[in-house]
Amino acid sequence: MAENHSPLAQFEIKTLVPLKFGELDASFTNSSLLMVATVVVVSAFLILGMRRAALVPGRWQSMAELSYVFIANLLKDTVGSEGRPYFPFIFTVFMFVLFGNLLGMVPYSFTFTSHIVVTFTMAAVIFVGVTAIAIAKHGLHFFSFFMPPGVPLLMAPLLIPIEIISYLSRPISLSVRLFANMLAGHTLLKVFAGFIISLGVFGVAPWLFVVALTGLEIVIAFLQAFVFTILTCLYLNDALHLH
Amino acid sequence: MPQLDFATYVPQIIWLVITFTAMFLVMWKVCVPRIGGALEARQKKVEQNLERAAELKTEAEAAIAAYEKALADARATAHEEIVKVQADLKARQDAEEAKLSAALQARVKEGEGAIDKALKDALASLDAMATEVATAACERLIGEAPDAKAVEKAVTAAAKARSA
Repeated sequence: MAENHSPLAQFEIKTLVPLKFGELDASFTNSSLLMVATVVVVSAFLILGMRRAALVPGRWQSMAELSYVFIANLLKDTVGSEGRPYFPFIFTVFMFVLFGNLLGMVPYSFTFTSHIVVTFTMAAVIFVGVTAIAIAKHGLHFFSFFMPPGVPLLMAPLLIPIEIISYLSRPISLSVRLFANMLAGHTLLKVFAGFIISLGVFGVAPWLFVVALTGLEIVIAFLQAFVFTILTCLYLNDALHLH
Repeated sequence: MPQLDFATYVPQIIWLVITFTAMFLVMWKVCVPRIGGALEARQKKVEQNLERAAELKTEAEAAIAAYEKALADARATAHEEIVKVQADLKARQDAEEAKLSAALQARVKEGEGAIDKALKDALASLDAMATEVATAACERLIGEAPDAKAVEKAVTAAAKARSA
């Protein structure tokens, strides 16, 4: 098999275990492997970290608690106390995206968050769920969301379509932001890594750049997981409080 | 671009749903309650300790107040005792003094009485002595004993003239 050195080759889905249920293709791929790894790593991190649940936490337990408190405060600040029932879901979203991003930074692994279908499925589920919560809570009153209070009626024909478009574009912006960041970062890393060998001695320059970029990418892994989560919280806040 | 290979979409979505659901269940049923419980237990413990500290503080303050009150009471009692003892001593002193001065007065009176009596006796015997001296002087002067009654009369008159 010829080696593929294209910067996009790292995003290729490789089937590891072909699985077919009639017409349904449920093959276990490298993407699936990393998803399973994310679940295992996150669960192990939290469960083993909390195995003693000491009153005075050690380093590991502190990190597990810190991730919990971080998301709990985020949810409390953006949604308030009504958001508490949704905490397990928000926490799962954050940890899933964060560890998906971070495990993608491991050489030769795979970043499942760099696939639009994955991020869009998550964003779509969040969008549908949040809209369902809003309608369940406010009924038809939910549609007043598209007509902000205090706006002159004359503006309505212009404003309502804009509001509806902006609302419907939420899952797209949410998913594209994460996917594009991961795609761009990993592509950039691969492009510069390719220069290292081809430039010979001068390859030190792109090598240093790749080292710095790797640090930046880890920051972006955190940042994008955070952004994804905080936007989910904001949408949830809109659903619970409308305006 | 592998992201646009639609053939891979279905397995990716299926595995995303499986893994995300599994992770959500683990978080929901295991991790969140466990971490939340640990944090709550810590919060409770801290609050309990703070409460206990506050209790101990009030106890200490009460003890200090009781100590100060006991001290003040003791001071007051001691002061009272001192005043009482002083008054007692003064009373006894006064009584003793009064007794002593009464005794002295009695003795002074007694002495004065004795002096008076001696004076009276002396004065009483003065006339007799003067009479005797006058009689004796007359006897030497005129060689014969004068009439005792006349001498006495003359002495008495002389004494009267003197004291007048």
